[in-house]
Amino acid sequence: MSENKAVAATEEVILKVEGLKKDFGDKHVLNGIDITVNRGDIICVIGPSGSGKSTFLRCLNCMEDPTAGHIMFDGEDLADMSVDINLHRQNMGMVFQHFNLFNNKTVIQNIMLAPVHTGKKAFRRLREKSGYSSVAEIKEKAQKEAMALLKRIGLEDKADVYPSTLSGGQKQRVAIVRALAMKPKVILFDEPTSALDPEMVGEVLDLMRDVAAEGMTMIIVTHEMGFAREVANRVLFIDEGVILESAAPAEFFGNPKHPRLKDFLSKVL
Amino acid sequence: MGDFSQKWARFLKYFIEYEGYKRVQTGLKNTLIIAVLGLLFGILIGTLIAAVRVMPKYKRLPRILNGFCSFYVGFFRGTPMVVQLLLFYYVLLPILGIKVSSVQVSVLVFSLNSGAYISEMMRAGIQSVDPGQMEAGRAVGLSFSATMMMIVIPQAIKNILPTLGNEFIALIKETSVVSFVGASDLYVAFNYIGSNSYEFMVPYIVMALIYIVLVVIITILIKLMEHYFAKSDRRK
Repeated sequence: MSENKAVAATEEVILKVEGLKKDFGDKHVLNGIDITVNRGDIICVIGPSGSGKSTFLRCLNCMEDPTAGHIMFDGEDLADMSVDINLHRQNMGMVFQHFNLFNNKTVIQNIMLAPVHTGKKAFRRLREKSGYSSVAEIKEKAQKEAMALLKRIGLEDKADVYPSTLSGGQKQRVAIVRALAMKPKVILFDEPTSALDPEMVGEVLDLMRDVAAEGMTMIIVTHEMGFAREVANRVLFIDEGVILESAAPAEFFGNPKHPRLKDFLSKVL
Repeated sequence: MGDFSQKWARFLKYFIEYEGYKRVQTGLKNTLIIAVLGLLFGILIGTLIAAVRVMPKYKRLPRILNGFCSFYVGFFRGTPMVVQLLLFYYVLLPILGIKVSSVQVSVLVFSLNSGAYISEMMRAGIQSVDPGQMEAGRAVGLSFSATMMMIVIPQAIKNILPTLGNEFIALIKETSVVSFVGASDLYVAFNYIGSNSYEFMVPYIVMALIYIVLVVIITILIKLMEHYFAKSDRRK
């Protein structure tokens, strides 16, 4: 497993965060976070609840607007309010704790919606230069890709049902392929297994492992220590809005340095 | 009851022989036009206002729009429909030099009025949709308005369908005030039959029955729509 990771991660910087701060009113949630993410990195973020790890993740794609700092992605600073955040979010997928599938859309529509919408937008702006010759072609292609993604997670027979009929594990797997359908450069996972029944955690983690093995860059906030140890090539420990420790998993779990981390690990392991 | 059958015969005479039914037809048509168009435009206006009201407010434009919308909703909820009709027909439109028929004015006022009420229903509807739906839409790169249109508002409408039905029923019944600006609705038609035949009992009973039948039909339509929207629901 460790050889795979070495192959997957590259030296190409894909995301660089500098001095990221976030206040909610006079509550300081993030107090200056610096991190560089290379293409192919699998970074797990752990920490006690209320430590700011979810806020950190949500600041990366500006779901929460950072109070201060820089988030360099695709040559632009996402923390700058003038950048077109919608454009960058297409390259930065997100998977939520509570799945957040679109309730009024069928499973396949959930997956196709964003690719079709952004495809149409590009087509309207660029006409033939967008690489499509018609709107029908955009839909057809998106449908084919969505079907392939559903086949991959073994839910092709669920294509036309509404999310309310799926189990939690199925919902989360659909949510993951919905993010994949946009072919993002990074996917952010916000506690993807925390809202699942224990028996469904495995199927979701398996899919995430699978996505990781393909070389996708992933930043994962999680409580699954076993998963972090096995899949991540770097693990971060965040508490009180700062990164207290950042190391390869063997080092992180085998030889933790910071007393807060030692204390935390002794409680959860 | 001999008296009543006489009255009934008299009504039928004026209704059929003297072609009162034609006026009733026009009245029914106008009533439906005003109520249906009022509802449709009202939904459009109400949805736009509700979207403005739930917009994030850290930029200047949404704040200005929001102020305007508060004023609009305040005015149309703060004055009776009759007053609004009179103001538009006898004050505002003449000042602007616009010539329109009384039915057109009624459609305009009913749209604006129901827009104000529907905006508050729609705001409640939008706020009843899980914020995660908006986040998920934004996270895949859709804009605020695209997510609103495709994801949030359809779910909001589903949630407020019963209240929208209420609004439609109220609109149908409130059309009876458009005679103030000279539009002929159901009330005008039956009042005409009554005053010509010097007999008001039967015309007004029939008028009431027609309103009830209209409302029953609307109720059934709303039930059907609720059933249609329930397809994405667990509670089938």
